[in-house]
Amino acid sequence: MSGYADPGFDTLALHAGAAPDPTTGARAVPIHLTTSFVFESSDHAAALFNLERAGHVYSRISNPTNAVFEQRMAALEGGIGAIATASGQAALHLAVATLMGAGSHIVASTALYGGSQNLLHYTMRRFGIETTFVKPGDIDGWRAAVRPNTKLFFGETVGNPGLDVLDIPTVSQIAHEAGAPLLVDSTLTTPYLVKPFELGADIVYHSATKFLSGHGTVIGGVVVDAGSFDWEKSGKFPELTEAYEGFHNMVFSEESTVGAFLLRARREGLRDFGACMSPHSAWLILQGIETLSLRMDRHMGNTEKVVQFLASHPLVGRVGHPLLESHPSHALAEKLLRFGARGAGSVFSFDIKGSRAQGKAFIEALKIFSHLANVGDCRSLVIHPASTTHFRMSDEALAAGGIGPGTIRLSIGLEDADDLIDDLKRALKAAEKAGA
Amino acid sequence: MYLQVNGASTYCYTGGKPFDAAKPTVVFLHGVINDHSVWILQSRYLAHHGWNVLAVDLPGHCKSEGEAPASVEDAANFVAALLDAAGVQKAALVGHSWGSLIALESAARLKERVSHLVLVGTAYPMKVSPALIEASLNEPEKALTMVNVFSRSTLAAPPSALGPGTWVYGSSMALGRRVLRSNAKVNVFHRGFVACDRYAGGEAAIAQITCPVLFVLGGLDQMTNPKAAQPLVQAARAAGKAVSIATLPVGHHQMTETPDATLFAIRDFLNR
Repeated sequence: MSGYADPGFDTLALHAGAAPDPTTGARAVPIHLTTSFVFESSDHAAALFNLERAGHVYSRISNPTNAVFEQRMAALEGGIGAIATASGQAALHLAVATLMGAGSHIVASTALYGGSQNLLHYTMRRFGIETTFVKPGDIDGWRAAVRPNTKLFFGETVGNPGLDVLDIPTVSQIAHEAGAPLLVDSTLTTPYLVKPFELGADIVYHSATKFLSGHGTVIGGVVVDAGSFDWEKSGKFPELTEAYEGFHNMVFSEESTVGAFLLRARREGLRDFGACMSPHSAWLILQGIETLSLRMDRHMGNTEKVVQFLASHPLVGRVGHPLLESHPSHALAEKLLRFGARGAGSVFSFDIKGSRAQGKAFIEALKIFSHLANVGDCRSLVIHPASTTHFRMSDEALAAGGIGPGTIRLSIGLEDADDLIDDLKRALKAAEKAGA
Repeated sequence: MYLQVNGASTYCYTGGKPFDAAKPTVVFLHGVINDHSVWILQSRYLAHHGWNVLAVDLPGHCKSEGEAPASVEDAANFVAALLDAAGVQKAALVGHSWGSLIALESAARLKERVSHLVLVGTAYPMKVSPALIEASLNEPEKALTMVNVFSRSTLAAPPSALGPGTWVYGSSMALGRRVLRSNAKVNVFHRGFVACDRYAGGEAAIAQITCPVLFVLGGLDQMTNPKAAQPLVQAARAAGKAVSIATLPVGHHQMTETPDATLFAIRDFLNR
């Protein structure tokens, strides 16, 4: 059944969480640029602080514009609620810091965004939280990495940089057998291409900076809870199942049977760590979400054409997109993603048969693709890891990381596909000349 | 806190305050495929404003052990035993949907032991469509979707049970799945719906209550349409009971889609 009471994806992308403003009649979501909210009375103030009544107090904890974004993301993901954060990295940190402290252990995929890898491998380790990294397709490895203190499994829907598709049903089952939830970074797929909760994930986060906002204008993140993980049954999360002296001795799992994680994340994590989102950022991201499916369809269509072009070009070696049957995740992508392998997104890498100098020449010859360190923009983007993010590494060290001297990462935008292909064709010619 | 009721461990949320027998007590009774947490805002507020709160997980639901009630009458027996176990002589009863029928039947049996009766999202008879009853047994996920689609009245609820950013529809779906999973022996979804459908004692019960009654109805409620509460309202008036009615602009998720209005209606009635 479809209709107002049971709306589809696009209707939720436009309406979830928002109604015409009751005071002004404004149809678009207003930007509530205010730090704080006036109490009706002393009793109202006390009730808000004690979670007897729900409402806004201070914009570090919550804000009406952010709340629209949060409800909308929860609706699109099929979750119970969400929390907007200052960035995708802040969302990951909020999830980790809410669930564990020193002495805890995480099992994570090796195929992660570099920032996530840094946070887990270096920074959280400094705070006593250890991480074991496992190749996403190594199912036995996920199981073998479990320790008595394992409190979280973590991976990306399609891993960075090779687009390894995470086998969420299998990995979530292993996590649940270990009494731990599965946290998934769904930034590159968005809820339009895959619904991780339907596959077994428990918590999802996004860098909203990327496809959700979609225009390269804003930094933001969001964490969404499925409400599916039973913290009490697990027995590993006193943070959620025992009285918390730092907040009225509240036992979050008694307050909410399904929402303990979000209660603590907002009441402790946003309160104490303070990595909140600006309402202006929330508004910008909402503008992007309103056209999410339209843009993602175009991203996918353009990507398919570019992948086909590159795969048939004589100067191109590997093309790392699951659209190709030779890709190790092709079958899993066909099985798990909403649009099959097309749904593996529009950020992928390919190898130029040549040297670092040729890779550099390719980049410098591009006219439409912008050379920068971001993905998920409406404009097409490119980066050459060997001459930028990984330029200090030897060719041998690059190879160990799955990166060649001619590896190029693309983020395919919304321009005319023919123009993108023409740009790539010209740049490949320049690379060829540089190797002559 | 946990009480032993009829030999079974029974969970009662007390609103973040310790139980104090010296205070007046209000018992919250949830509906089918719900638990105590649907009352979290209203119960926590009242617990911090002079009331003892016992927001119970019915037997066989979530944190409570025991046999899940197979009828409204069974559940009313449980409520009487709950008050005895808590050492509560007199209490206000607040019920939602199926819980409203349980509260009504309990009030009829307990008479002067009940100080106030609040029926939220009620109807009598509370007939459940055969298709929904069948789906609750054989396709519970489909039935859960139907229930929550029928219950929803807005895509933009105000800050709710989890604070701002709560997606009420998703919360209710997740809670339903959790409640269903909590009982491996009995499908409490189906059993609860059958109990609602078969209850035939409503008019007799409302004639026997000795306390004032408040109806909190959802003007947009498709699960228990406000018109379907009229037989009970009329029976109560015909029997000379003190009847109050609060009709809110909401569907069947009264406590989460209009948390403040629901709270104020209950609070003001209890404080009369």
